[in-house]
Amino acid sequence: MSPISRRKLLTGGAVTVAGVVGLAAADRIARRYGLIPPDGGGIYGPGETLTYAAQRVMGKHALAREFPRGMISKMPFMNEVAPPSDEFKRHQAAGFADWRLVVDGMVARPLSLSVGDLRALATRSQITEVVCEEGWSYIAEWIGTPVDVVLREAGTLPQVRYIVYTAMEKDGWDSLDMADALHPQTLLTWGMNDGDLPVGFGGPLRMRVPRQLGYKSVKYVMRLTATDSMKKVGRGLGSAAAEGGYAWYSGI
Amino acid sequence: MLPAMSAVASPVQQRTPRHSALVRVTHWITVVAFLALVITGGEIVISHPRFYWGETGNVNMKPLFTIHIPSSRDTVPTGYGYVMPDQNGWSRYLHFEAAWVAVLTGLVYGIAGFWTGHFRKDLVPAAGERGWRAYWLAFRGGRAGDSGARADGARSYNVVQRTVYLGVIFVLFPLVIWTGLALSPGFNAALPFFVDVLGGRQSARTLHFFVSDLLVVFLVVHITMIALAGFWGRMREMITGGVGADVVVGKERG
Repeated sequence: MSPISRRKLLTGGAVTVAGVVGLAAADRIARRYGLIPPDGGGIYGPGETLTYAAQRVMGKHALAREFPRGMISKMPFMNEVAPPSDEFKRHQAAGFADWRLVVDGMVARPLSLSVGDLRALATRSQITEVVCEEGWSYIAEWIGTPVDVVLREAGTLPQVRYIVYTAMEKDGWDSLDMADALHPQTLLTWGMNDGDLPVGFGGPLRMRVPRQLGYKSVKYVMRLTATDSMKKVGRGLGSAAAEGGYAWYSGI
Repeated sequence: MLPAMSAVASPVQQRTPRHSALVRVTHWITVVAFLALVITGGEIVISHPRFYWGETGNVNMKPLFTIHIPSSRDTVPTGYGYVMPDQNGWSRYLHFEAAWVAVLTGLVYGIAGFWTGHFRKDLVPAAGERGWRAYWLAFRGGRAGDSGARADGARSYNVVQRTVYLGVIFVLFPLVIWTGLALSPGFNAALPFFVDVLGGRQSARTLHFFVSDLLVVFLVVHITMIALAGFWGRMREMITGGVGADVVVGKERG
């Protein structure tokens, strides 16, 4: 063995050992600070974890860009929605008077709120862009009640780490970590561009998460459930989208 | 140990690999990551093969241009009577994972490249090679690597190659990363400047597409030049370093 190849062997060995130790340490730190997303396993797990951890370390409290009123899209695109169920049609016929948002799970005071109750609780508006994973986008004014205010009203327990939200649509459910759930721009929206939120855009109640892609802004929300773990919800991946092969964290 | 030393006591230049281990390892990792990015990027484009300029754009708005291919979404008017299968889920997962691999590999390569003098020695054109004449000679020389004396020229890049590699490393790769990051809603919240200076989200998407196209053009030219210069020889150099295998000077194997 020549001296050069021995040196290479030692260098290579040291780099490998440092790499393994470094990865193990990174994994421990990521677990400890909750930087691993629910879909952080499998072959795409390292990439997803890096992305999610980087966003949470870099800009946990950053605000999504807001736009001047003049930039509101004249031709927003509402995207396809599944054909409404009979139950949804009954609600629609009744003008959504009986629509309720149930807040349950790990909360001190479970709630059942009408859209009117939400309006009375708090009203915020923001002019933000809906960005679809496909590539298209539009800007609208979204009017609603911050999830943060609703959760404070219900009194989430200290161990809560995720808020699961469920839609009337079949298989329509998703979840947010507390950084996004308590974020001031995360709204349960019931209004759009100075009017009621149209059904095509998610009315009567849509979750708006402007720091993530459009598919996180689930339409027809009926329930918020506070939980300390996503492991036992569905297949444990954090959302219906993730079970269908789309990343749980879509802030990229 | 001493006998071993004397057995390989040929000139030092011949023992120096054509490409350092760092260049070879980062090169092949980048190849894999780049191919994954191009394929998945193409898949994602299929779900909306329309491009816009400015902040917003959707099927209700006039596109800057359209790629006339079928789409994987029935909401996109393509003129074709059918919808392609949706491949966006895994494509997106893989796109961002490959992007991490490319960026981290690029960082290692970039830092080491400055540290070891790789950029200065191998890629920045030499002082006497920076004029138009040098570029002209390199072009007239025809095949890549043929400019100058073969004894030295075969083991270093000509001025055109150096300029192209520097452009890919320091202009196209940073640009494609920048325009890609400008499509991340989370990143845009943290650093809105990144997308705003590009003229908005849809401009960033269109630029990301064009810069990626330029990188694909580079890839095609790069492979063509390698094929012209002797495909397997160049491959061997980039895999093993090519020590003693392809060296013209000296008679090590003679």
